[in-house]
Amino acid sequence: MKLRKSYFADVRKDDLHEIGQARPRSDSPGHVTGKTAFFADRNFPGMLHLKMVRSPHHHARIRSIDTSEAEKHPGVVRVLSAKDVPHNVYTILILIQIGPEDETVLADGKVRWKGEAVVAVLAETERAAQEAAAKVKVDYEVLPAVFDMEEALKPGAPIVNEYHGQNYYLYDSGECRKVRFGDVEGGFAGADHILEQSYQSSPIEHAPTETTGCVVAPEGNDRFTCYTNTQAMFFTLDNTSIILQMPGSKLHFVGGTVGGGFGGKVDVIVEPIAILGAKLTGRPVCFIYSREEEMQISSPRAAEKVVIKDGVMKDGRIVARKVTGYTDAGAYSRHSPYGAQKGAGHYPGPYTIPNVWIDTYCVYTNRTPSSAMRGFGITIGDFALEVQMDKLARLIGMDPLEFRFINAYRDGDMKAHRQPTEGAALIECMQEAARAASWPVAEKYMAMSSYKKGA
Amino acid sequence: MAKVPVQFTLNGSEKAEFIDSGTTLLHALRDKIGDTSPKGGCHQGTCGACSVIVDGELRLSCLTLAETCNGATITTTSGLAEGGVLHPLQRAFLDTFATQCGFCTPGMIMAAKVLLDHTPNPSREDVVEALSGNICRCTGYEPIIQAVLTAARGNSQNAA
Amino acid sequence: MALALQTFATVKDANAALKSAGTRYLGGGTLVVRAANEGDVSVSGLVRSTDPALSAIGVGAGKVRIGASVTMAQIARHPDLGALAGAARAVGGPAIRNMATVGGNLFAPAPYGDFTVALLALDATVATDDGESPLETFLSRRGDSPAIVTSVSFTLPKAGGLRFLKVSRVKPKGVSVLSIAVVLEQAGDGTVSSARIALGCMADRPVRARAAEKALEGKTLDQDGIAAALVVATEGAAPITDPIASAWYRAEVLPVHLGRLLLS
Repeated sequence: MKLRKSYFADVRKDDLHEIGQARPRSDSPGHVTGKTAFFADRNFPGMLHLKMVRSPHHHARIRSIDTSEAEKHPGVVRVLSAKDVPHNVYTILILIQIGPEDETVLADGKVRWKGEAVVAVLAETERAAQEAAAKVKVDYEVLPAVFDMEEALKPGAPIVNEYHGQNYYLYDSGECRKVRFGDVEGGFAGADHILEQSYQSSPIEHAPTETTGCVVAPEGNDRFTCYTNTQAMFFTLDNTSIILQMPGSKLHFVGGTVGGGFGGKVDVIVEPIAILGAKLTGRPVCFIYSREEEMQISSPRAAEKVVIKDGVMKDGRIVARKVTGYTDAGAYSRHSPYGAQKGAGHYPGPYTIPNVWIDTYCVYTNRTPSSAMRGFGITIGDFALEVQMDKLARLIGMDPLEFRFINAYRDGDMKAHRQPTEGAALIECMQEAARAASWPVAEKYMAMSSYKKGA
Repeated sequence: MAKVPVQFTLNGSEKAEFIDSGTTLLHALRDKIGDTSPKGGCHQGTCGACSVIVDGELRLSCLTLAETCNGATITTTSGLAEGGVLHPLQRAFLDTFATQCGFCTPGMIMAAKVLLDHTPNPSREDVVEALSGNICRCTGYEPIIQAVLTAARGNSQNAA
Repeated sequence: MALALQTFATVKDANAALKSAGTRYLGGGTLVVRAANEGDVSVSGLVRSTDPALSAIGVGAGKVRIGASVTMAQIARHPDLGALAGAARAVGGPAIRNMATVGGNLFAPAPYGDFTVALLALDATVATDDGESPLETFLSRRGDSPAIVTSVSFTLPKAGGLRFLKVSRVKPKGVSVLSIAVVLEQAGDGTVSSARIALGCMADRPVRARAAEKALEGKTLDQDGIAAALVVATEGAAPITDPIASAWYRAEVLPVHLGRLLLS
């Protein structure tokens, strides 16, 4: 691929010395020699292994927990349950004032998804921790569960998360994030064609080759060093500080080397409980997800449902677009209220449409809590939008790329959420893509620019 | 519990340790001997990050018990560079940007080394097959395949 | 209790040690060490035997005997076992093939155990210190007896006599959607005089497709000739559902792949 400098040549100084040049990566020598230190490459004498007892049910009340046999198991040093966690109910986005706190570090009275952490066992060996975990007795009363977002939003659905009180996140705008721009019903009324389609996706696991985990070492002065593969160091540090009610100065986080993340390592899951274990035992603690835990327990990309209704004219102009988006948060918020909000901001896509109506819901179900993954809130929406664009082009008998040129946003266009468009390059990207793919596009579109005359 | 002795040659030096019976070679190398270049990605024999070379054969150290390797000659990625000079495969992985997060890299290099030891001038298909037990989630494999082919071209140039 | 390994020079002594509760036989480790790594605390002891007979491959007078400890890689490169090389190479990646044994493959639950599918089509015999039994019988009682498998034997098919197909979503290595092995005998006029068809992933262990075998008899190997066999290909099958594919999908695509293999 060659760097084509003709685009935007008049607004760019042609003084690029690094872009377009191959430069060695600073971390590669460590990678190829096996010297790069991942968190699990830290080993400390007397290190304990943490294994989690997890809920076998999607939704259940916990009648009782009996850890007495597990505590007696040879090699077991400590067994932790909800009462041991100083601030057990948390939510990660509380750091940016997105509450309420809705998730337990260790389940307290109830489990809301299959795989939820209930009891943590700390033992001299992994094997002893596994054996002891099998001896923890939890008496569950199974409750009705809901797995489908539309079912969850119906009146009478089982309430997944009492901290919310209803099965959707309550934004300051109400039951969903809303964008209102122009007169969408008026737009539909004047359209030549209406197309309403529904799109949905399943959760997607990041499946990093290195599983989620951390190694914690007490420094001997009430301070703890946590070697972690988190993708969100300071988020994790601050949340750990809240959960453990410890000043941040007592927490020393070492990270930055991540064996594949893709957004899957931005939640605050392993560090607080491992540091608590180190604090209560005075021993180093290692908590690493097994491969099965990585696949089943770590947050996936949310399942989404996107309903798009468009009004389009025979000449190719989209005159009205209404989008209803549903993001399946699973049982707890994590990053999903933000993901659903991103969706609201992203629709109607990179197109200039005069009449827009957006509702995006963040819905709670008894599924594995979802969270960040590469463009979450956007990626599935883009899939839906671009399939819809192809369908609209077909509906009016137009080339799908030319149809996009007609609707592409350009500098100065007002977006639905009332940010004027700046620095757009969609037109130029499509022109280059058309050339690269030898896709015939009418000359008038190849002559377009993201700049508008007079803008 | 009783410890069992294990003794093998690791990257040219003699190693002897007392380990718990049933300890995997991966744990013995990483936790007892301190060679952390083999990685534990799945512990199921699926990802290949723990790949090492035992007596000339590619093995998954996560599924191999250390005590079955008594007397063996073991090679890991940390032992490939000689006197600070990178092995041609390591050089090629650097030059073709075949690493990203780096977690699969040591295992990939082991699988590639066994291939080139037996097949100095492999076809692309040979390379793909040789790496088929190793998972990379970052690169999409293409730069890794190119790295192995690049290293192999170096082989043929040296032979010429 | 930690996992402990005991090594014995003879199969007899290893068999005796296997009688202890929680003890499993260690072949290549790809099943039992994996289970232990994943937290299966029912495995507390491992037993293995270094008896050289377990690692021997004997070929003579059209008969083959493969020791239970022989690996997939050893089969794949053995000059006399070319007919089985494809099935051996279908197992895992290179490292797995250096470890996975013939004996272990007999115990691999679906979707694994592709090599055993080939052995089943070859009508192999399984030997233990208690005697020999047909593979089909052995599989139907798999796990009932703790006796260590010492070898498998079968009549060596002529070159190309074993047709084998592993269908997976990832190439070149992937877990089976299904696997199929076929051994046919044809009369002078080209019609099928006898057929053995073995299927992987069509139950929790490899199974024969008896109805399809019967439907092939006397037929020619063309679209019309195999049609009846394809219709009954899934008769009696109970395909597994796992993250690779659903039972429905496996049943749906089996006739397609069986048809391709028969016409290949």
